[in-house]
Amino acid sequence: MSTKNWPLWEVFVRSKNGLEHRHCGSLHAADEDMALENARDVYTRRSEGVSIWVVESKHITASNPENNGEMFEPAQDKVYRHPTFYDLPDEVKHM
Amino acid sequence: MKNENLYNYILGIADNSLILGQRLGELTGHGPSLETDIACTNISLDLFGQVRSYFQYAAKIAGDERTEDDIAMLRKEREYKNVLLVEQPNTNFAYTLGRQFLFDVYHLAFLKELQKSADLTLSAIANKCIKEVSYHERFSSDWVKRLGDGTEESRAKMQEAINDLWTYTDELFHQTEADKTMVAEGIGVDVTKLKEAYYKNVSDLLLESTLEVPESKYFQKGGKQGIHTEHLGYLLSDLQYMQRTYPNMEW
Amino acid sequence: MSEEQIKSLEKQFEARIARDEKIEPKDWMPEKYRKTHIRQMSQHAHSEIVGMLPEGNWITRAPSLRRKVALLAKVQDEAGHGLYLYSATETLGISREEMYEQLHTGKAKYSSIFNYPTITWADMGAIGWLVDGAAIINQVPLCNTSYGPYARAMIRVCKEESFHQRQGYEIMIKLANGTPEQKEMAQDALNRWWWPSLMMLGPTDAESIHTEQSMKWKLKRKSNDDLRQQFIDQTVPQAELIGLTIPDPDLKWNEERKSYDFGAIDWDEFWQVVKGHGPMNKVRMKARVDAWENGKWVRDAAMAHAEKKQERKEKQAV
Repeated sequence: MSTKNWPLWEVFVRSKNGLEHRHCGSLHAADEDMALENARDVYTRRSEGVSIWVVESKHITASNPENNGEMFEPAQDKVYRHPTFYDLPDEVKHM
Repeated sequence: MKNENLYNYILGIADNSLILGQRLGELTGHGPSLETDIACTNISLDLFGQVRSYFQYAAKIAGDERTEDDIAMLRKEREYKNVLLVEQPNTNFAYTLGRQFLFDVYHLAFLKELQKSADLTLSAIANKCIKEVSYHERFSSDWVKRLGDGTEESRAKMQEAINDLWTYTDELFHQTEADKTMVAEGIGVDVTKLKEAYYKNVSDLLLESTLEVPESKYFQKGGKQGIHTEHLGYLLSDLQYMQRTYPNMEW
Repeated sequence: MSEEQIKSLEKQFEARIARDEKIEPKDWMPEKYRKTHIRQMSQHAHSEIVGMLPEGNWITRAPSLRRKVALLAKVQDEAGHGLYLYSATETLGISREEMYEQLHTGKAKYSSIFNYPTITWADMGAIGWLVDGAAIINQVPLCNTSYGPYARAMIRVCKEESFHQRQGYEIMIKLANGTPEQKEMAQDALNRWWWPSLMMLGPTDAESIHTEQSMKWKLKRKSNDDLRQQFIDQTVPQAELIGLTIPDPDLKWNEERKSYDFGAIDWDEFWQVVKGHGPMNKVRMKARVDAWENGKWVRDAAMAHAEKKQERKEKQAV
């Protein structure tokens, strides 16, 4: 007989159409159907959502904060990717 | 009362939700997992919401001083018209979910018909409830499948619960006098017509859950006439405790 | 890692918190930070789910349908809040089952207030008004605590709990404005819940361990005594407004401090309850253990079913 515990799932809820799904928490469930049902009962009790994604936590690959330097800092000096890098004459109000 | 048949008819529908909601409420805080606890409480809340819509309407029909709470809490045992199925106790989770499943399949079919009622309030209530009950039916079916086709222990428990509760299923399709009048007026649902599809749907799911469909043809009845099992009295003494002990007060 | 390296990491870590940066699950953290958080967060989660029991006790007997649905929803929220907090704690590398194990064996604590019995309907009012009132005072500052998952869980909890205290106070108002019998019921509940509510905010600062470190990590923003004073100052006028009397003969407005002076708290009683000898400790724990043990075959069945389903799916794919 199985004595495994219900695995952990991450829950993402879209609060209304037009918005992205956002991570709102996690829960335990034996399978994906139960995870969806539990997510509905736990995280949308106050009409917080119109769509739910669930994914078993073990399937998420996360970056390691120890590598944050090489992962994210190189982007910091690429200021030319932002509109404010470019000079415009004052007369041009919107561009 | 001018419209006593309609009044009694509404109570007959609402009492099922009232008693089942009360049973589920007993479990809050004691479920097999937090997630399941929350889910069962949600079903209880849906049912009490339905009860309030029905009783508020019934109170309006009665047209006197009585309130939804008077109707819910101040009747005598023989005046509750719920089917015997919903008053059965939470013996274990298999009984709780089995009872829910056997009721949900009926409840959903019933509401689909009630939506067509010539009484616009009832049809509107049915229209709202149907979404809730569709979810209940999905939830309880999924759990019957899990427990039926789970471990040996869970299959045995689920089978035992279904066998024991089976005897209360036939009553769902009995017509009362109020039923007949209401059906004739286009307001009520002819429950006898729901029976065949019910047993087919229930049997299909039981088989899918690797469970046996009980063969027993011995059924219990009486709830609709107010003749209940011994369990109801205790449930009512909790439900009515405050209203009986402290009469005529506001809470 | 050498001791020196750890020291330097710790220094950086403390500096991050001092700068109001949040700590996230995969970040390096001192072992003590992890342990302290597991202890406090799981204790918080346990309090939510044990806290379901005294109120759950009245669900079947609520006096009206309106009160019944409100109470059901409130107790259900507590299950939800326990769930959010357990999940947040799991990010620190402990499973929910391990936390339950600690609760069930008495290794982990929960709020002592839930070891008092709920003997009348007015206790539902008193718990919502006083116990949730005290809890909110404790919890609001935690929305800003240093550990990200805890802070996020608390934001959700606080948002949802805003109706809980109102729910309780409304029950009290109704009783206080009701018949003499109802008013007496309300006063009796206040008499019984007032002192335990004050104790709930924790031992006096002089006797409180962990406080300094917890302040640094923003697990605590104010001392127990400050929180208690805040609670008293906000609650006394609410009692007066509905004509109920706080059961403390020494309670008096202090114009100089702009606060209420209050009588001595019976700390012996507090420690007795904390150590497991309150009126309901054993009953509460038995209810939790029973729910968990009676649910085992259900949880196992669901897992077994999920595995069968998965196998079937894989076979089909082949």
